[in-house]
Amino acid sequence: MLEVKDLEVYYGAIHAVKGISLKVDDGQIVTLIGSNGAGKSTTLHTISGLIKPKSGSISFDGQELVGVPAHDIVGRGLVQVPEGRHVFSNMSVMENLDMGAYLRNDKDGIARDKEKVFELFPRLFERKGQMAGTLSGGEQQMLAMGRALMSRPRVLLLDEPSMGLAPLLVKEIFSIIKTINDEGTTVLLVEQNANMALSIADHAYVLETGRIVLSGTAAELAASEAVRKAYLGG
Amino acid sequence: MDSGFMHQLLQQLINGLSLGSIYALIALGYTMIYGILKLINFAHGDIYMVGAYIGYVCTTIFHLPFLPSLLIAMAGSAVVGMIIERIAYRPMRNAPRIAILITAIGVSFFLENGMILLASPQPRTFSSEFSASVYHMGGLVINSQQIIILISTVVLMLALTYIVNRTKMGKAMRAVSFDADAARLMGINIDRVIGMTFALGSALAAAGGVLVGVYYNSIDPLMGMAPGIKAFVAAVLGGIGIIPGAMVGGIILGIVEALVSGFISSTFRDAAAFAILILILLYKPQGLFGKNVREKV
Ligand SMILES: Nc1ncnc2c1ncn2[C@@H]1O[C@H](COP(=O)(O)OP(=O)(O)O)[C@@H](O)[C@H]1O
Ligand SMILES: [Mg+2]
Repeated sequence: MLEVKDLEVYYGAIHAVKGISLKVDDGQIVTLIGSNGAGKSTTLHTISGLIKPKSGSISFDGQELVGVPAHDIVGRGLVQVPEGRHVFSNMSVMENLDMGAYLRNDKDGIARDKEKVFELFPRLFERKGQMAGTLSGGEQQMLAMGRALMSRPRVLLLDEPSMGLAPLLVKEIFSIIKTINDEGTTVLLVEQNANMALSIADHAYVLETGRIVLSGTAAELAASEAVRKAYLGG
Repeated sequence: MDSGFMHQLLQQLINGLSLGSIYALIALGYTMIYGILKLINFAHGDIYMVGAYIGYVCTTIFHLPFLPSLLIAMAGSAVVGMIIERIAYRPMRNAPRIAILITAIGVSFFLENGMILLASPQPRTFSSEFSASVYHMGGLVINSQQIIILISTVVLMLALTYIVNRTKMGKAMRAVSFDADAARLMGINIDRVIGMTFALGSALAAAGGVLVGVYYNSIDPLMGMAPGIKAFVAAVLGGIGIIPGAMVGGIILGIVEALVSGFISSTFRDAAAFAILILILLYKPQGLFGKNVREKV
């Protein structure tokens, strides 16, 4: 349903993404792993329309996304949870969820989806009136994910959800990603934590300095010698 | 304390409150536009001038009553503000800060000289229907214009507070000014939100322009320069980017100016504004309502 072809992205003279192609099929969890600076966030930002690529194409259900403004891409059902969460810390948890539902006008549906988010993240319910800036890192990650779900995405792009979180919390977040996927949302998951990412993904791509160097089923990559050495600590 | 002093003090507070309301109305636009674009819109004082001229045309040429004139001036200036944003600032969105600042100064010159061309540099006098009825209350002098200014300002500020805190567009404005990219990832069309911010800010400045026209009776194409700078001081005083800060900053500045002209000399009135600016920059550069560090995770 989402297909990226020969994507080239520059920041001025810096060539950050050097001809990436990848595919995400309906209902899958696809992961893009790679170390810091590999070009993972740049790829997601380009898919989301925050950055314009120099060349290449991104198609979503057969429609070209390159050139479509970021806000329209959300409207088409592709939403990103950015690296570092970027919750609106000057707004309450509830207001953050409202911002996630910005493009919707169905009051009842929004209220129902908030309840669903609270079922998925009971901790957010306890803090629904609290300013988002006062939440812990894990709670902010949950809020950023809940906020993104409020737009009823068909594809969820997650940029390093495990960043800066304690191992136990990482486990919790990943099991929630699995649940979200089981309920029908396709997921493109960007991670440095290759172990965790490969454990829930169907398909995986390995990114190194702007190029895809390996790809295959998550099981194949987890078993691959090269991946074990570079990303799985032996 | 002798009653002469108290009387003089109260009188200057009343004068300061009306003057400060005007500053506050202009300062709100400065602060909203800064909040969303990090741009000091030097042309903002000139939008206030444009508003005053539209008000002049409505009241004095077409003999419309005050309220419709005010609303037309606000709507007209809102459109002017949106056009300026669209053609002058939007293409510069990613340009270096200094280039945008110079653009803003260019827009200011354009509006001032454009109005000189259109309406001549001669000052214009608002229709005499608006000359004051003066009320004496326990020896204090309040004129009808001051009452109109205060009521209009309070109503406009309540409306603005409602829009910013309760409406979808207002929430989008807060989201964009906090984190524009995150806002885009929510599906917010930030160009539209920025355009609306210019519209709202310009409408408030225009209201200030019309009220000044009614109050002082005289307007001219360069009338926006001094109040523009002072409203900027008011916005910095309250904490630039913070809406209640602009309201309070404007009122404080107006009162200080009135007290200085009442008790010292009106020659020092303008100096007072800049003394405040210097003190604020020295001792509380984030402004009265500003937080020390912006919490952003
Ligand atoms: N805004 C930017 N301006 C210039 N260079 C950037 C910018 N963002 C990222 N880069 C560079 O692009 C490359 C890829 O960055 P990024 O996509 O953030 O990597 P990752 O998400 O995999 O850590 C890096 O070399 C980084 O320094
Ligand atoms: Mg990254």
